[in-house]
Amino acid sequence: MARSQSAALDRKKLMADPVMVGTIVVLITFLTLFILYPLAILLVDSVYGDNGLTLDIFKRVLDMPNFQKAITNTLKVGFLVGILSAAVGLLFAYVEVYVRVGRGVGGLFKVVSMLPVVSPPFVLSLSMIMLFGKAGLITRFLLHIYDNSVYGFWGIVIVQTLTFFPVCYMMLKGLLKNIDPSLEEAARDMGAGRMKVFTSVTLPLLLPGLGNAFLVTFIESIADFANPMIIGGSYDTLATTIYLQITGAYDKQGAAAMAVVLLTITLLMFAVQKYYLEAKTAATLTGKASRGRMLITDKSVTRPLTALCSLAAAFVILMYLCVPIGALFPTWGYKFTPLTFKWFSQVFTRYKGLKAFRDSFVLSLISAPITALLSMIISYLVVKRKFKAKGFIEAVSMLAMAVPGTVLGVGYIRGFSGGIFHTGLLQGIYGSAAILVIVFVVRSLPTGTRSGISALRQIDKSIEESAYDMGADSFKVFMTVTLPLIKDSFLSGLVTAFVRSITAISAIILLVTPQFLLITVQINEFAEKGSYSIACAFATILILITYGAVLLMNLFIRFFGTSRKIKEDM
Amino acid sequence: MSKIKKGVRLDHISKIYQDPKTGKDFYAVKDVSLDIEPGSFVTLLGPSGCGKTTTLRMIAGFESPDEGEIYLGDEAINALTPNKRDTAMVFQSYALLPHYNVFDNVAYGLKLRKVSKEEIRRRVLNILDLVELNGMEGRMTNQLSGGQQQRVALARALVIEPSVLLFDEPLSNLDAKLRVSMRTEIRRIQQEVGITAIYVTHDQSEAMALSDHIIIMNGGVIAQMGTPQDIYYHPDSEFVADFIGEANFLRGTMTGMEGGHAVLEIEGSRTLVPPKDGMQPGGTYTAVLRPESAVLAESGGLPCKVVLSCFMGSYQNYHVTVGDTLVKLTDYNPKNKRIYQVGETCSLVFDPESVHIL
Repeated sequence: MARSQSAALDRKKLMADPVMVGTIVVLITFLTLFILYPLAILLVDSVYGDNGLTLDIFKRVLDMPNFQKAITNTLKVGFLVGILSAAVGLLFAYVEVYVRVGRGVGGLFKVVSMLPVVSPPFVLSLSMIMLFGKAGLITRFLLHIYDNSVYGFWGIVIVQTLTFFPVCYMMLKGLLKNIDPSLEEAARDMGAGRMKVFTSVTLPLLLPGLGNAFLVTFIESIADFANPMIIGGSYDTLATTIYLQITGAYDKQGAAAMAVVLLTITLLMFAVQKYYLEAKTAATLTGKASRGRMLITDKSVTRPLTALCSLAAAFVILMYLCVPIGALFPTWGYKFTPLTFKWFSQVFTRYKGLKAFRDSFVLSLISAPITALLSMIISYLVVKRKFKAKGFIEAVSMLAMAVPGTVLGVGYIRGFSGGIFHTGLLQGIYGSAAILVIVFVVRSLPTGTRSGISALRQIDKSIEESAYDMGADSFKVFMTVTLPLIKDSFLSGLVTAFVRSITAISAIILLVTPQFLLITVQINEFAEKGSYSIACAFATILILITYGAVLLMNLFIRFFGTSRKIKEDM
Repeated sequence: MSKIKKGVRLDHISKIYQDPKTGKDFYAVKDVSLDIEPGSFVTLLGPSGCGKTTTLRMIAGFESPDEGEIYLGDEAINALTPNKRDTAMVFQSYALLPHYNVFDNVAYGLKLRKVSKEEIRRRVLNILDLVELNGMEGRMTNQLSGGQQQRVALARALVIEPSVLLFDEPLSNLDAKLRVSMRTEIRRIQQEVGITAIYVTHDQSEAMALSDHIIIMNGGVIAQMGTPQDIYYHPDSEFVADFIGEANFLRGTMTGMEGGHAVLEIEGSRTLVPPKDGMQPGGTYTAVLRPESAVLAESGGLPCKVVLSCFMGSYQNYHVTVGDTLVKLTDYNPKNKRIYQVGETCSLVFDPESVHIL
């Protein structure tokens, strides 16, 4: 029994479709060159010294006390942040799905889940320092504590938890909504109290999902560069250590070995999350809830939970508000009135703000449509078509999700600064705008692909088959059927890519050359120098840009998106 | 339609799939050979997993066969992609393009073929007329009922004037009454257009009502093919007899011949059945008895006992036991007939010509 004839025929059919073949070839080249190759070169560089194959470089790196420290630091932070984020996320998700809350509280939830999306990664670190640091508004002026230090372990943990818990909240909310209320009603009916229902029904069903949320946050925390950079102080994590190894010690080979260590950790976590927990989550929580859930109205439950969530939400919002307000004070920590726009004007007059915004804006604007289109094409190929290289394309684009930006940055330095395999080939793109755009694309590709795949899975496969059957080739099917049906997903992918690019820092900070000024890099620089007011002014404008982009997208989707009616039908 | 009708020929077609659980290869379709006459209506009928849909999808080009060759007319089409094949498929889920209205859905295939605007308009309106959807061309597809959506799907397939029309369980999403009226519609349109049609279903009454020929598949192979009458009256196997209509199986030993009939001893009683080539006295044979071809009487047939007697309106439903064998009967038009009650003993009477020996 051999499946050779069908394989040969499928190949022949594929070859009859030049657009499709071309697309696949281009995709494979892109993914290999800009995701696989930089990671491979890191591995090669760290085991291949002047005298052949060696583990000396690893040995040297692993013997460094500060690197050992960084590993334990990173894991400690990641572990705690994972647990805290999952817990806070669960609280929010539970209250939203199970408890009757006032409209105001519901609004607060929305804002809280939205804020981390539109703000650059280190905004919370900035406001943490400004509120609770030595000259902090709350510590110094409200509580009269003059020697509080926010730098270090707890600073990172708090800031990362606040940054990442909304992700857990959104994930867990989706899962809780999928729990069939009749399961819990059955338990109630048999005499279980509300607490018992939660511990014996809801929680066990949710457990794989919670594990999933924990690991996703764990990976994000390990990969995070910006927050530990600003608020870590002398508490170095892997991402910052690698960065310093390159920018401070000029030890590119050592940094490559370090990057391999960091990558190994995240890949392991990712593998567990993707292949074990995700499958388990899907197995326990399939299907849709059959009907609406009776919300908890019992005041003894709703009041404390609502209060707790509102407090947390208010705190997060306060943290974010601190940034624009901080940019208006004449001197943070010493002089609060009169409010002034001088920092904002200094951004443009003294610090080349216009160029920074233009560079960031233009580069992100170029990479966003590329990312959105690429991720839609990948999703289409992965969900709707079958061909040999499909597994490769799917695996590599998902792999990019597990690669920390810093690792990718080091990989690009090693991989392209001397050309491909240090041969000088393609050396030209190193330091150019092209490589920045490519990094933006690669960094946003996994999120876009993921949302594209889930959007496409909801479309009946036979719709595309029917178009194909009617005589349309792959390109026609994609343009006239697939793309119009996932227009919303495409538009939001476009904006997400834009926002992610314009707020990105971890990989880009290693690759940017003086000819380009990027906002995030500027903010990082000013925050490092302690010029918080200028950093805040930059960050405020950046938040306004990203928020404007999101608003514009919603407006677009309302007027040009797939009509709601069609969606309900699918 | 002005086009020359084409037949379809499957020459020793097989398709191998991998079992996702065990990782082992198995034949989803095995050595299927068919010759479908131009202009005829052929149904692939079988339980789920019998390979009927896979066969249809191989004809459409969505799947590639592992053995054998598929011919459309005289042309071998194995290596052609679906968009290059002169076939059109009507899908189970209708698969209408949700972002187009009725007109644009039907016009889609014509636009791809670069037909002129006026010509498209003329042909689309013509075909919508044929499927009785005139005046609906501006509607979005989600404003249509299931039956109307299915008509659009049919119109869309017909309008490109394919050589062969393929149906993948097109009526299974409709309610029972609509299913019946749509299948008459499909038959009417197919005959009016004179197109070759291949239809996949697991519903035997649909297959009977529609087809010139029925091909029954089981476990990836063809179990039997023939006209509906052929298959109903002369099934080759218990599987076919049971799948098409209801069937009772009476096992007996042949004892001899009597006046041109074979004598079968069933559960200790003699009964006459039509003779079959190669029948030998002493051999065991299975007689297929349709529920409607026997009646209950006081005497004169196989002694039996009533275990279920149930009034169903148009018929009285009986379950009786002949020895250890359960026999199901439908006695039509039971009004003014003697109704046997549960527990009564009586006689199972049938005409020798109405049974079929396997």
